[in-house]
Amino acid sequence: MNEKPLLQLTGISKAFPGCIANDDIDLEIAPGEIHALLGENGAGKSTLVKIIYGVLRPDQGRLCWRGEEVAIDNPASARSLGIGMVFQHFSLFESMTTLENVALALPPQDLDQLRERLETTAHDYGLTLHPDRHAYDLSMGERQRIEIVRCLLQNPSLLILDEPTSVLTPQETDTLFTTLRTLAAEGRSILYISHKLEEVRSLCDRATILRGGKRIDDCNPAQETAQSLAEKMIGRRVESAKGHTAPAAYEVRLKVTDLSVRSDQPHGTDIRDVSFSVHAGEILGIAGIAGNGQTELMNALSGETGPPQAGAIEILASDASQMGPMARRQLGAVFVPEERVGQAAVSDLSLVQNSFLTSAFRMGFVNHGLINWPGVGQYAKEILDEFDVKATGVDALVSSLSGGNLQKFIVGREILQSPQLLIVSQPTWGVDAGAAAAIHEQIQRLISAGAGALVISQDLDEIFALSDRIAVISQGTLSPPRPAGEVTTEQVGLLMGASRSISETASHAHA
Amino acid sequence: MTELLIASIMTMMTAATPLVFAATGELVCEKSGVLNLGVEGMMLTGAVFGFAAVTLTGEPLLGLAAGMMMGLFASLIFGVLTLSLLSNQVATGLALTIFGTGLSALVGLDYVGKTIEQIRAIHLPVLTDLPVVGRLLFGHDPLVYVSIVLLGLTHWFLKHTRWGMILRAVGDSDQSAHAIGYPVIAIRYAAVAFGGAMAGLGGAYLSLVYTPLWAENMTAGRGWIAVALVVFASWRPSRVLLGAVLFGGITILQLNTQAAGLGVPASFMSMLPYIATIVVLVLISRDSIRIRLNAPACLGRPFRAER
Repeated sequence: MNEKPLLQLTGISKAFPGCIANDDIDLEIAPGEIHALLGENGAGKSTLVKIIYGVLRPDQGRLCWRGEEVAIDNPASARSLGIGMVFQHFSLFESMTTLENVALALPPQDLDQLRERLETTAHDYGLTLHPDRHAYDLSMGERQRIEIVRCLLQNPSLLILDEPTSVLTPQETDTLFTTLRTLAAEGRSILYISHKLEEVRSLCDRATILRGGKRIDDCNPAQETAQSLAEKMIGRRVESAKGHTAPAAYEVRLKVTDLSVRSDQPHGTDIRDVSFSVHAGEILGIAGIAGNGQTELMNALSGETGPPQAGAIEILASDASQMGPMARRQLGAVFVPEERVGQAAVSDLSLVQNSFLTSAFRMGFVNHGLINWPGVGQYAKEILDEFDVKATGVDALVSSLSGGNLQKFIVGREILQSPQLLIVSQPTWGVDAGAAAAIHEQIQRLISAGAGALVISQDLDEIFALSDRIAVISQGTLSPPRPAGEVTTEQVGLLMGASRSISETASHAHA
Repeated sequence: MTELLIASIMTMMTAATPLVFAATGELVCEKSGVLNLGVEGMMLTGAVFGFAAVTLTGEPLLGLAAGMMMGLFASLIFGVLTLSLLSNQVATGLALTIFGTGLSALVGLDYVGKTIEQIRAIHLPVLTDLPVVGRLLFGHDPLVYVSIVLLGLTHWFLKHTRWGMILRAVGDSDQSAHAIGYPVIAIRYAAVAFGGAMAGLGGAYLSLVYTPLWAENMTAGRGWIAVALVVFASWRPSRVLLGAVLFGGITILQLNTQAAGLGVPASFMSMLPYIATIVVLVLISRDSIRIRLNAPACLGRPFRAER
């Protein structure tokens, strides 16, 4: 390559108390190149991109932009150079509207003009947005669309995307890729962080692989296989999840009959007449685009909202519809909600304390009103070991864990309670390939031992990898579950997308 | 009878004005994510220094300026402790109130019992002389109008200007605001300083216009009412005004009934404005979605930029 690189990093190092996040990393991004940054959770990808975007300052090393050494002190100076970033943990303001959220990240300008530009850009790149909705009642997918459009409006020379496709349908992903290729053809560079290796192989021109804070390799992903990329990333061979033995018993673990729930959010989706059942030894997968009623369904099943009409939800043949979450857990069900922080775990409590929160009674950690802390500690230790959670110890605060590690911890906490029924939403959201495979394997093992599972996910690969039967949720209604072998990705994708075109027609009719 | 009613409404507005000032300042401060419970202390500081300045110079404007400056100065002490040194906002705010109470009592020793010339109500030819509405609309002291304009401006600033939007963003998610590149701490300092200046002005209004004299602890809990107004008005300026006027109205009403000698214990009547204001605001602001939309999510949480 004789072109001058757009961005060149030399010997970047960054240490935090207790760990070296980046150790002497070199990275070069050419103009018009789509460059992948691959690595497991904790490999230092986030730290590196935060340094590029000026959120963090490197301890050592040089950054050169268009051949000249620069100091990127804050995100504003990164943006003025022409660097845009879509965060993995969205940096949105909950109580503000989509339009305000976009305006805040851009130079001062007239809001009405911005609204027009926002709508045009969103439309050009096929991203549906509602400028006047507040961020707090948007789904993950919609939030991400705000982040992407917000970046595109800044007309960047380098666009950093942190796992952008985890909440998109295959069709949406194709649209995004077309967009990204158009952007690259216009001469813009893209730094693309993803754990989906197939995506990286089809989209990216080059890949830099990080492991344990060090740069391991630079390669052309098109010339590698997903397997070889994964090995470089993890440092050993990865076994893909083996699958579980076909369901033998047909005992019903969860039976939902004509469940209807009114959403408690102003722009939420009401659940209408949803019926399905989950048997022992099987996994039922529910696919769907974010915001089609998954959250409402999950909360109704776990008992966080409600109660619905009597008899709507039966867990292990008991009518659980009027019960609260703890009583449902006592029946033998466990729940992994979508929101990791705030719903599944308390960020200012330690891992031990968080272990106790859902296992207190199922695992018998309470005697005469007193907590058996040594027992809980041992249990927490077991979670860390079994699920390979990287933390400084069981007393580490939840807020100190990376997203992927926290997810492993939460899933582990529920699975180790040996439930008869596992209900899980987005089991591997933001988790890297190695960890995702581990989580999938643990779920499979639980099912082989005779439990039943309901998996709600926006990741179609995951749905197909795990499920015995697949249903699609759209606009709050559920398609009849069908055996996984009888449906294709395209069919499911169409079912997911069909609802959207209907809803869009409806919202246009309103306007 | 009409005369009595007009007089009551006029005094009601003067009773509401210090609350409008202090609550507006606290609203801006809280919208940026800082909970300053030192309003009572800052009001007392403003009241005593305002009074002292007028006694020494005879200039009412200088008195108001002195009140604002000293309120601002007190709030900066709070700012340094909570924003730069990351101390607990609740505890520091309480300490500021105690500090302000003590300081004002000390400074005010020489001024107890002294009198000054009150800031006069405005008098516009023709307009003020109109029957009934003339005095109600055009017969208050200038600061009543200033306070209402200030509240309107605050609403406009928060809702329609870019800096207002940034201020709300800082209160909503300091980490996100920092990630985008806004100077979170500097913005919070500005909001805290504004809150202090307005509390000082509210205090100065009490000692220069409302009474007008200095007495130890003369705010009598109005600083706390201002804090409560902001929260129970779910951070909306229009409701702050409503709450302040309500408080002022009941204060005057209970004074009049006490004077009429209805046989209700005086201490019960004195607590009526406090109870009624809070009950009404709680009842009209029950909508949880509205509260979620307006409440600053980072309120009271210290912010440290990761570097």
